[in-house]
Amino acid sequence: MGSRSSHAAIPDADSIRRETGFSQASLLRLHHRFRALDRNKKGYLSRMDLQQIGALAVNPLGDRIIESFFPDGSQQVDFPGFVRVLAHFRPVEDEDTETQDPKKPEPLNSRRNKLHYAFQLYDLDRDGKISRHEMLQVSRKREQEM
Amino acid sequence: MGGPQGLLSTLKLTCGEWTTAPVASAFPALLGSLKRFHLSHKVTSVVPESALLIVLGLVLGGIVWAADHIASFTLTPTVFFFYLLPPIVLDAGYFMPNRLFFGNLGTILLYAVVGTVWNAATTGLSLYGVFLSGLMGDLKIGLLDFLLFGSLIAAVDPVAVLAVFEEVHVNEVLFIIVFGESLLNDAVTVVLYNVFESFVALGGDNVTGLDCVKGIVSFFVVSLGGTLVGVIFAFLLSLVTRFTKHVRIIEPGFVFIISYLSYLTSEMLSLSAILAITFCGICCQKYVKANISEQSATTVRYTMKMLASGAETIIFMFLGISAVNPFIWTWNTAFVLLTLVFISVYRAIGVVLQTWLLNRYRMVQLEPIDQVVLSYGGLRGAVAFALVVLLDGEKVKEKNLFVSTTIIVVFFTVIFQGLTIKPLVQWLKVKRSEHREPRLNEKLHGRAFDHILSAIEDISGQIGHNYLRDKWSHFDRKFLSRVLMRRSAQKSRDQILNVFHELNLKDAISYVAEGERRGSLAFIRSPSTDNMVNVDFAPRSSAVEASVSYLLRENVSAVCLDMQSLEQRRRSIRDAEDMVTHHTLQQYLYKPRQEYKHLYSRHELTPTEDEKQDREIFHRTMRKRLESFKTTKLGLNQNKKAAKMYKRERAQKRRNSSIPNGKLPTENPVQNFTIKEKDLELSDTEEHPNYEEEMSGGIEFLASVTKDTASDSPAGIDNPVFSPDEALDRGLLARLPPWLSPGETVVPSQRARTQIPHSPSTFRRLTPFRLSSKSVDSFLQADGPEERPPAALPESTHM
Repeated sequence: MGSRSSHAAIPDADSIRRETGFSQASLLRLHHRFRALDRNKKGYLSRMDLQQIGALAVNPLGDRIIESFFPDGSQQVDFPGFVRVLAHFRPVEDEDTETQDPKKPEPLNSRRNKLHYAFQLYDLDRDGKISRHEMLQVSRKREQEM
Repeated sequence: MGGPQGLLSTLKLTCGEWTTAPVASAFPALLGSLKRFHLSHKVTSVVPESALLIVLGLVLGGIVWAADHIASFTLTPTVFFFYLLPPIVLDAGYFMPNRLFFGNLGTILLYAVVGTVWNAATTGLSLYGVFLSGLMGDLKIGLLDFLLFGSLIAAVDPVAVLAVFEEVHVNEVLFIIVFGESLLNDAVTVVLYNVFESFVALGGDNVTGLDCVKGIVSFFVVSLGGTLVGVIFAFLLSLVTRFTKHVRIIEPGFVFIISYLSYLTSEMLSLSAILAITFCGICCQKYVKANISEQSATTVRYTMKMLASGAETIIFMFLGISAVNPFIWTWNTAFVLLTLVFISVYRAIGVVLQTWLLNRYRMVQLEPIDQVVLSYGGLRGAVAFALVVLLDGEKVKEKNLFVSTTIIVVFFTVIFQGLTIKPLVQWLKVKRSEHREPRLNEKLHGRAFDHILSAIEDISGQIGHNYLRDKWSHFDRKFLSRVLMRRSAQKSRDQILNVFHELNLKDAISYVAEGERRGSLAFIRSPSTDNMVNVDFAPRSSAVEASVSYLLRENVSAVCLDMQSLEQRRRSIRDAEDMVTHHTLQQYLYKPRQEYKHLYSRHELTPTEDEKQDREIFHRTMRKRLESFKTTKLGLNQNKKAAKMYKRERAQKRRNSSIPNGKLPTENPVQNFTIKEKDLELSDTEEHPNYEEEMSGGIEFLASVTKDTASDSPAGIDNPVFSPDEALDRGLLARLPPWLSPGETVVPSQRARTQIPHSPSTFRRLTPFRLSSKSVDSFLQADGPEERPPAALPESTHM
């Protein structure tokens, strides 16, 4: 398999791993996937690249999810950013609160951060609040054809 | 009592010796089919059909026995192996969801090979051990006999498994594992059976190590040989169908004959016949479906289903009938009970062990509930019965005991396990979830999260992207399809124009349909109530949009006569509204991908709801994307320049994209479609200036995604570019020659034809949409050779 060549060093692998909590194997696989999605070998993903994924087109929330990869209106997402979003979806690790270092930032897959991500998907105009209109939009998306 | 008595003799008198058997077997088959008609769905959802058929067979056998005191028709191995089994296996292979199958091939092979060997060995050895301990009393069996018995009772049966799993809705991975295992374990079964039978014939003392080695080697020969035979015949079949343009009427015949030939050939060569016909079906699907005409494809589908259903019915009924044969009944409590215990226990153990091993290498893990289903769903069926009847009574002294035990095992697994597996699964699933009905809020958001999850799965490529698969599709496109697919099929496959072609047609039809419908009363009530409700729920941003969705809904409901909407006519408006509201909320919550997919069914060929849903979502997404794309890009340029850009990109995308299999949709719509990612060969993007890159990329992504979904969705898609709510650049679009064929008439692809209401008037009305003829824009020509799709109107479709 072509994965032989993918052992090319992932930049900042260690810091990414610390931040996201992915294992080395997972990180490698995600890197492979990132490179596969990145059609022109630009080193980053644009919206087009993500929109190429056919299955997203038939997902009612597909576009919003693609948006969520591009915080702050940027047009590109690099590998750390890509992994950061995906890290939200790791299973929750329920540890005792005592053993957690209160000073460390919460891991990306904590319940709170997961909720924050979901909130982002609803909050279209990114003002930090979900207006009634936005809520209706999400519900409406699945109620009927527009 | 004069009736049943002498029934047989009467039959023999009237029909004569030769026809008695067919006539008499037709009756049970007829009864079986009648039963299928009248049985309510409720009953079949609780009791699997196979169980009912067996019981019915028992009853029939009982009647005949009571009347004539002879054992009537039994399921002879010849009939079973040569006439009843092949259609079922061919049906399984032809409709096999290939991608899923090959994606899980490692798992399937492990369960099929290692699992079966494990089952056979442990069962045989344990029974031998118990025998040695004297529990079974005095029997004339040796170790080899036990191993032989173990090998034939170990195999999971494809017929029985499918019959039961149709009612139990499990996720697609689990389904394909069980299904695939039941098909592929034939090789192992055949080898083990033959090996042990020959050992038994030799006599226990004469078996040498060399013989064992030969046995192992024969496994490889049998399985790989069988597969090879199947592949060769698949190749042959595809090649033949490529040239059958002038013999369309007998095209379907080729499919069946050549597949059956593969079965017979490998049987002749003592290879695994089931593997041969399975792989024949698996490998030929794609090319055959691409090559043969639409009618032939339909014929093949329905005939195959008919044969398979019929064969299954007959098999189970005969199983029941054959059981009523006191001459062969030998009962040995310990043997029977222990066999039952051992096969269940060892299967469970085997599954757990193998799953543990597999989960270390699999991306999608197999959870405990899956393992329960796997072990509990390992049903034995007619194959075991046929094999045991095939035993040589001389060599195997206790054949009757084996036969009786096998019958009991088969009945137990099919009836008892078949009955209880569905409640068991439901209980297990429910155990892990909430007990109260989720509130509407929870439902909405729950669905949202499901969608999010599947989107993330797609992005992270959990289910997609596979190096081997890409290599294979590349190889297939370059070589195989050239040889095996008809040239017209190849051309249409290669051209994205085809996609937009149909998209246009679909839109055109919906315009036509709307025009027609406004005048007619037929459907006016349901859409108007729908419309009313729509208006209540969502104040539209633009009036035009309303009409588009109205159109789409019209289109949808036109294609499938929605009984509910027809019924609405009779109720009051208020009731209709309430019903529709409820209907809307319940039904239109788009189902996330992993939910119930009717993957493979022996008895159904209808398309699922998911196509509609995906179509709708796809419309919306594409429209949105195109809007944002156009507003950001096109608005900047002048119209004329934009027109040139449009043309350029279309040429570019024509060159660049390729639909590996544009004919996929003609395949069984029941098949689940997972949207594949195709490799877009983006050529020459570099040579265009950068500012174009975004635009061209825009059209290309549109094209590619359209193509992706188009190639997979059987129902065709609306053309987002052509939708009327693009208020801007209406004229722009009208001026540009779209992707219509420059031919004389609008030529629908085979795919589109299935959706078009076939009427000459429709075709006539479509012609105005054929805009300008072939573009002679020098700009275009400079970009490279265009592929033209003047697909000649396929001969057979003058409708």
